[in-house]
Amino acid sequence: MNIAEYKGIHVFVQQVDGKITSVSYELLGKGKELAQDLGCDVTAVVLGSNISHLSKPLAKYGADHIIMADDPALEVYTTEPYTQAMYEIIQAKTPEIVLCGATAIGRDLAPRLSARLHTGLTADCTKLEIDAETKNLRMTRPAFGGNIMATIICANHRPQMATVRPGVMQKTEPDDNAQADVEQFAVSNLSECQNVEIMEIVKKTGAKIDIQDAKILISGGRGMNAPENFSLLQQLADEIGGTVSCSRAAVDAGWTDKEQQVGQTGKTVRPNLYVACGISGAIQHLAGMEESDIIIAINKDPDAPIFEVADYGVVGDALKIVPLLAQEIKKLLAAQ
Amino acid sequence: MDFTLSKEHQMLQKLYQDFAEREVKPLAAELDEEERFPDETLVKLRQNGMMGVSYPKEYGGQGCDMLANVLLIEEIAKVCATTAVILAVHSSLVPSILLKHGSEEQKQKYLTPLMKGDYLGAFAITEANAGTDAAAQQTKADRDGDYYILNGSKLFITNAGKADVYLVLAVTDKTKRSRGISAFVIEKGMEGFTIGPKEKKMGLRGSSTCEIIFENCKVPKENRIGAEGKGYSIALGALDIGRIGIAAQALGIAEGAFDETVQYVKERKQFGKPLAAFQNTQFTLAAMKAKIDAAKLLVYRAALAKDNQKVFSLEAATAKLFASETAMEVTTQFLQLFGGYGYMRDYPIERMMRDAKITQIYEGTSEVQKMVISSTVLK
Amino acid sequence: MLNIVVCIKQVPDTNEVKLNPETGTLIRDGIPNIINPDDKSALEAALQLKDKHGAKVTVISMGPAQADDVLREALAMGADETFLVTDRAFGGADTWATSSTLASAISKVPYDLIITGRQAIDGDTAQVGPQIAEHLGIPNISYAEAIELDGDSVIVKRMYEDRYHMVKAKMPCLITALAELAEPRYMTPGGVFDAYREKEVTIWGRDDLDVATENIGLKGSPTRVVKSFTKELKGKGTVVNLDTQESVDFLIEKLQEKFVL
Repeated sequence: MNIAEYKGIHVFVQQVDGKITSVSYELLGKGKELAQDLGCDVTAVVLGSNISHLSKPLAKYGADHIIMADDPALEVYTTEPYTQAMYEIIQAKTPEIVLCGATAIGRDLAPRLSARLHTGLTADCTKLEIDAETKNLRMTRPAFGGNIMATIICANHRPQMATVRPGVMQKTEPDDNAQADVEQFAVSNLSECQNVEIMEIVKKTGAKIDIQDAKILISGGRGMNAPENFSLLQQLADEIGGTVSCSRAAVDAGWTDKEQQVGQTGKTVRPNLYVACGISGAIQHLAGMEESDIIIAINKDPDAPIFEVADYGVVGDALKIVPLLAQEIKKLLAAQ
Repeated sequence: MDFTLSKEHQMLQKLYQDFAEREVKPLAAELDEEERFPDETLVKLRQNGMMGVSYPKEYGGQGCDMLANVLLIEEIAKVCATTAVILAVHSSLVPSILLKHGSEEQKQKYLTPLMKGDYLGAFAITEANAGTDAAAQQTKADRDGDYYILNGSKLFITNAGKADVYLVLAVTDKTKRSRGISAFVIEKGMEGFTIGPKEKKMGLRGSSTCEIIFENCKVPKENRIGAEGKGYSIALGALDIGRIGIAAQALGIAEGAFDETVQYVKERKQFGKPLAAFQNTQFTLAAMKAKIDAAKLLVYRAALAKDNQKVFSLEAATAKLFASETAMEVTTQFLQLFGGYGYMRDYPIERMMRDAKITQIYEGTSEVQKMVISSTVLK
Repeated sequence: MLNIVVCIKQVPDTNEVKLNPETGTLIRDGIPNIINPDDKSALEAALQLKDKHGAKVTVISMGPAQADDVLREALAMGADETFLVTDRAFGGADTWATSSTLASAISKVPYDLIITGRQAIDGDTAQVGPQIAEHLGIPNISYAEAIELDGDSVIVKRMYEDRYHMVKAKMPCLITALAELAEPRYMTPGGVFDAYREKEVTIWGRDDLDVATENIGLKGSPTRVVKSFTKELKGKGTVVNLDTQESVDFLIEKLQEKFVL
């Protein structure tokens, strides 16, 4: 392997039902930053069927080039056809870095692809940077339940591959005038690798707003005491225009849905405002929310670790403070 | 001499802790409060092979040793003494008698379903006028052709009303006193066999304790265990095993109280610091920890003696005496550390204290254990 | 008969990990080692298939000698045969080298179905399962929440964030299990005794596997950890201890200051 032959950054763009998943834009944003340090371009690689409409938003969010593999066999994600397509593209284009979202797709595709490419893969990164000296990619990720951070490099293999947790990187400011050239890429061996047949696709109905997309999160934990008390959080969320999320304790207790869980074993969020109600702030929870812009914590225990990361902490009973806060905000907004 | 548990016993301990924490502990307060028998827990014990841990696989058991069963009773008793006594009685007395003295047919018919957990067992020796003086039995069994006709009643029978199989002592020859007593297996539903009302108890309130009554109860002669007249000695031999089970229960109660107390004294603050910072708390915990550890060693020694020795009455009696006295002392002292909260049912310590008391009384009172011990050492 | 191979990993119970408040370092002492939860779910799923259809369940673990414990646990739950892949030469492996080692071990036994956990709680990478499938050249289905057999195929409920796919694949194939796939059974007491007294954990060292030296251990690992550190927490802000009304007033004031309201 001649490492010098590998140039440029590829971002695997995840599309589902013809829509680009938010993390892909975040990766383009990050990719652009890294590209500046390396003096190279960012290429968005998108697989699917009838996907030409996706080139515009990709250019807008920072792609310099776009590679499209447009094939009916790639319409819905399955592991092997997607792996084969990415493999052929990477073999042909030899990028030095390949980024993927750490989603249920990315965390299946990237490992299989890295095994086929015989290169390293770092999972669930929360930080990516270029080593000033070696120009290697330094990939930082949490391990051990979020208790330890590890910085990892892949010095002697290319491409350097990473999956990145959704919600961690920043999108760039969209530029409506940005242009990107589009290359159609024909994948040769798709029919041979369709070993898994999709019999049925069932979408979860009544899906709430994804907590990763919410600007304001009202989050509840063990201190909410009972599932019915989550309605107090919902009231506050309704007044302030937020979404209800929760800690792992609330999920384990069966009070809330796993979809709403923030933390190492749940989702990473970085809303403008995070209100932690009755959440003590176990490390694994902090790992998922400490990047929030403003953190408010309400907890009875003055020694709760959540206060260590809170911008504003209130020692008190969330069950009393939350409803009153909702009421006062309602009054205030009505007066405005 | 090595005081560490073997790898397999350590793994069993982990298994039992996990089971007790998830399946038994959540029900403990409710069983006590509502005086409710834990039918659902017995189903789970059965499904997981925990009803016949120390008995051979050929009779539906798990093929483990006595220590394996002692560890189970101990871990269950840490979180719920009610569930522990149901299991201790079921797994100690009746099956050990069937295994040692039962015919092959009796083993197939009763031991195997007991060990698989399809049947629950009970043991009936105590009568209104035959408590510690167990030889003063009055329940009669008169031979009538291929049957015995039983008349009389037994008192304070653990698992009565829930059990499928009862091992009952009855007098077959009044003239021979203890040598005129025989042992019988009585099945639930036999004609002339009825269960009295459930007793209202101070502790172990979830377990079922009743009088059982025989009125011309017709029992096939095939249901007699061992020879006629051997019942008393058969029962006495089994009591040693029963005592180890109850000693394990008492040990568990003491350890459970210890765990609750350690947690409480770290959380509860008075005079601006946690109770754990006061020397009174520290010394009480230390003294009780020493006793609990001593009880543990005695109980484990008794379990090993049961498997390795012909006679283990002394080991069983010292374990039972010391563990039950320790359980009572530990729970009483720890309740004092809890203060007023300890007296409230919000915390489990008062339940543990109520549960501990019976361990000094049943399966031979502390005084009986002292009689057994002294008679051995003065021999 | 159906041959199912399950891969399990011994991991520290990271839920029990605490930070030393003074030094900010991890307190690792006394943390129990457990079967990784997703892997235990994988094992249970295999045992359920065995109960329902009849199968031989072979369990393989790679790790240090003390990983013997988790294989004994697997035996006590009902696994038929276990192998511990252990050697200094395998040490320091990243997911690539681990998967290549495990794939080589698996190829020594007959298999129709391989089930691994989705990810381990110490590393959280979710890479080893799909990578094993790639090394063995068989299909993989990740994130399984249900598995059924249909003749020589498996039907799997494959979970995504907002949907699931019911997918079908011919065996041999590899499935990665979510913790939700199957609630693990308890070991039986007799199973525990037999696991130590009647059964064996077969040890496979470097020389037992037909795998190239450049594909195992530290040397076979494309990635390197260059630095590890405990996370620095965001600085502490203002904490107040007031009555309920004052608390609410304080929060409203701050929300207005920050233009949230």
